[in-house]
Amino acid sequence: MAYVRPVSKTCWYLKDRNYTIHMLNELTSVFVGLYALLLLWGIGAVASGPEAYQYFLKCLASPGMLVLLWVTTIVIFYHAIAWFKVTPKAMPIQKGEEFVPGGVIAGAHYVVWILFSLVVLFLAGVF
Amino acid sequence: MELIKTDIAIVGAGGAGLRTAIAVAESNPDLKVALISKVYPMRSHTCAAEGGAAGVIKPDDSLELHFNDTVGGGDWLTDQDVVEYFVNEAPKELLQLEHWGCPWSREPNGSVGVRPFGGMKIKRTWFAADKSGFHILHTLFQTSLKCPTIERFDEFFSIDLLMADGRCQGVVAMEMKSGRLFQFQAKAVVLCSGGAGRMFPFSTNGAIKTGDGTAMAYRAGVPTKDMEFVQYHPTGLLATGILLTEGCRGEGGVLRNKDGYRYLQDYGMGPETPLGEPVLKTMELGPRDRLSQAFWHEQQKGNTIPTPWGDSTHLDMTHLGEKHIDERLPLVRELSIIYAGVDPVKEPVPIRPVVHYMMGGIHTNIDAETPVSGLFAVGECACASLNGANRLGSNSLTELLVFGKRAAKNAVEFARKQNSEANESELKEQADKAQAKVRELVQKSGGTESIAGLRSEMAKSLEEGAGIYRTEETLQQTCNTIADLRKRYAGIELHDKSNVFNTDLFQALELGNMLELAQTVAEGALARKESRGSHQRLDYEARDDEQYLKHTLASYQGEEAPRIDYHDVVITKSQPGVRDYSGGAK
Amino acid sequence: MSEVQLELEILRYDPEKDQEPHFKTYQVACREEWMILDAVNHVKDEVDTTLSYRWSCHMAVCGSCGMMIDGQPKLACKAAVKDYADKKVRIEPLANFPIERDLVVVQDDFMEKLKRVKPYIIRKEEKPIEEGEYKQSPADLKRFKQFTLCINCLCCYAACPEYALTPEFVGPAALALAHRYNADSRDQGLAERHKEISKPEGVWDCSFTDTCSIACPKHVDPASALQQLKITTTVQWYKELIGMGDK
Repeated sequence: MAYVRPVSKTCWYLKDRNYTIHMLNELTSVFVGLYALLLLWGIGAVASGPEAYQYFLKCLASPGMLVLLWVTTIVIFYHAIAWFKVTPKAMPIQKGEEFVPGGVIAGAHYVVWILFSLVVLFLAGVF
Repeated sequence: MELIKTDIAIVGAGGAGLRTAIAVAESNPDLKVALISKVYPMRSHTCAAEGGAAGVIKPDDSLELHFNDTVGGGDWLTDQDVVEYFVNEAPKELLQLEHWGCPWSREPNGSVGVRPFGGMKIKRTWFAADKSGFHILHTLFQTSLKCPTIERFDEFFSIDLLMADGRCQGVVAMEMKSGRLFQFQAKAVVLCSGGAGRMFPFSTNGAIKTGDGTAMAYRAGVPTKDMEFVQYHPTGLLATGILLTEGCRGEGGVLRNKDGYRYLQDYGMGPETPLGEPVLKTMELGPRDRLSQAFWHEQQKGNTIPTPWGDSTHLDMTHLGEKHIDERLPLVRELSIIYAGVDPVKEPVPIRPVVHYMMGGIHTNIDAETPVSGLFAVGECACASLNGANRLGSNSLTELLVFGKRAAKNAVEFARKQNSEANESELKEQADKAQAKVRELVQKSGGTESIAGLRSEMAKSLEEGAGIYRTEETLQQTCNTIADLRKRYAGIELHDKSNVFNTDLFQALELGNMLELAQTVAEGALARKESRGSHQRLDYEARDDEQYLKHTLASYQGEEAPRIDYHDVVITKSQPGVRDYSGGAK
Repeated sequence: MSEVQLELEILRYDPEKDQEPHFKTYQVACREEWMILDAVNHVKDEVDTTLSYRWSCHMAVCGSCGMMIDGQPKLACKAAVKDYADKKVRIEPLANFPIERDLVVVQDDFMEKLKRVKPYIIRKEEKPIEEGEYKQSPADLKRFKQFTLCINCLCCYAACPEYALTPEFVGPAALALAHRYNADSRDQGLAERHKEISKPEGVWDCSFTDTCSIACPKHVDPASALQQLKITTTVQWYKELIGMGDK
């Protein structure tokens, strides 16, 4: 009888460095999700009137929330960089015979990211 | 023993076996095909062919030119009816592969590209970068998956053919994972089992190329033909013997000796051609036998470079440029870097001649038939006499397609005519005999010989006696050694007694097969007192058409050396002439 | 020629004798230019003839000798002993496959899956051979060429954590070949392959760990093929939704 080696269902990602890195990438999605919930809460607060919105802002300024926001910001940066890095694999672009270099495709994502950020900051009245 | 009844049994699932199987399945979906191979199809050695496949497709080319190149390249030991059929069918088969998805390299207008190859008057080698064999094999394998009537028996090691009532009725094979023997009864059997380059110590061939099918046919009474013609490829990578395709020279690579001198001009292949402008049928684009022989002479003169892995010369591609090499010869670059630590873009690559291909094999005719009815053979295991005394590069991939299809047609016709029942009792008796042979090999104890030991003695002896240049004395010595090794073979003992994937056993069977074939190589070479193509005798330097414009047939005589007979060459329109590879050749 | 001393720990398993696999250690004095395969061959020829493994071409093209070397799936014929100099090296059969014997794994699962994705040209109408080749520009060729380079060595399956956890997953090599045909300008079989690829155990089991591409000895980048296949599959799903399913 052929021998089937056991596979750990719970700790498989510790077996290999690449698996662990992948799981970290996946874990960052939790923070992306959390931030989305936060946004929804904010929109809800705006819809519910000035009082609710003030309360929302107050909550945001609490020390615990600030820590969470900073962690989320860093993690989302990591998330974005990790996925931008692999976009050329998912969306290769062929121009004539040659493929557009991966760096250009990933770079374009960064450019768009920065532009969007600038627009958001502009709308928020930073400039 | 399990019994499997089929219509057509094919032994070997490389290019030839797959092409044959597909041809049967497509045209005769009511016939059952058993495709039996000791490896999964994609492991077959067709995958290692690099340069390409020849077929007339471009307007400046003609069937006649391909015919002339092939016949002259083979030093007129080719059967010209076979060559004519081959050149006619070649383009159709290559187009068929294109339709099946083979990723041939293309010209800017979308048509298939061709590259120059040695001994060819015109560029006619279709290529898929430098992985042509690989792509052909995978295209055929993947295409075969759509044929429901092909039943594959992967990793089944064929032991012996089953013969009864004067015809071949099947094959006995061992399921490698279980050690169980299977009796395959078939109306026709096609052998597509590849060459036997592993008989030699330094070879481009993979470990699986041990001539199993050829030896089975030989034992069953089919003579081998022209086994003394062993092709040395001029550019094997030093140390490992890995093939560096003739495409390297087709693209403009040149050979240099230790002084950087392009030595081929001293051996009737000059004048020297300008760097980067290869001229067909000249210098580096001469045929393989001539180039390998030139190396030998340089070695005698002390013009080669001594290394721990033997003497070498250089294949210089540094003038081709990185872009061109990456596009046309990516595998060559990768192999050189990994296995020799040399980047061909920057440095010349150390090379030496290496055993590459057996022109000889199972005696077959234009119909891929052997003299035993019901038994067919295709590809390197066979000798349809397309390649004569020296095969031209890029004819062998096309050969397995053209004759695979032809064998399929004839095997089907033969199978359709077989109304008589299989001779069950006789077949069972033979299958039992094969089983007993294997059992004895596994169970025997007290032997003192080792498989690896005998194998390396055989290889060394063949290289010394039946190498690029041969003499009566060295050949006689090799004949004696091989005969002695065959006796000593009885003294091997297997340490592995398991039924499951017993590679000790398979290696023993392979060694037995190779020893039998080694004897046909050496004895055939000893008897042929002339020099022709890849068979060069220092004691008989000239070609002797009077006596030896004939095929050598070697017939099995049990424990004795084979009986040597001769068989006429078919000449239709090209009388033997001079092989001219100097720049002035017309 | 200098030598490289290796201590090979090879996983051995003979189902007729062993309850489970165990390691056996061999000391091998290697020539410096050797690959791991040469060291294993040396063991087979000179030390222990009972060792079973697959190999043939010794030039990284037949795909026979995939094995775990120091925990990573590699072709033994392409892994230089120099890289493991004076170390203990563990040699195990390819991960995620049942062990048949020693370093030989059972590959039936892949063979069956490969067939399922229909890796061959599918046409609504065949063009007769007499009409010549299908024209294909060098750019069209380049679109899929990379994915034709798969040698089916199965290193990617051994590297894939999804395949380990969900053996039903069709897996990297087979799906990459499906994409190879989808992307071939001569092919019209996308819709037919879509049926298989879009199943739960098809391309959607891939979570893009990229480990298949890291392991691939031929730089096929199956991860790229699978991500592209996800896009194709999504587009095809919508097309079928609005009744424009054919390619």
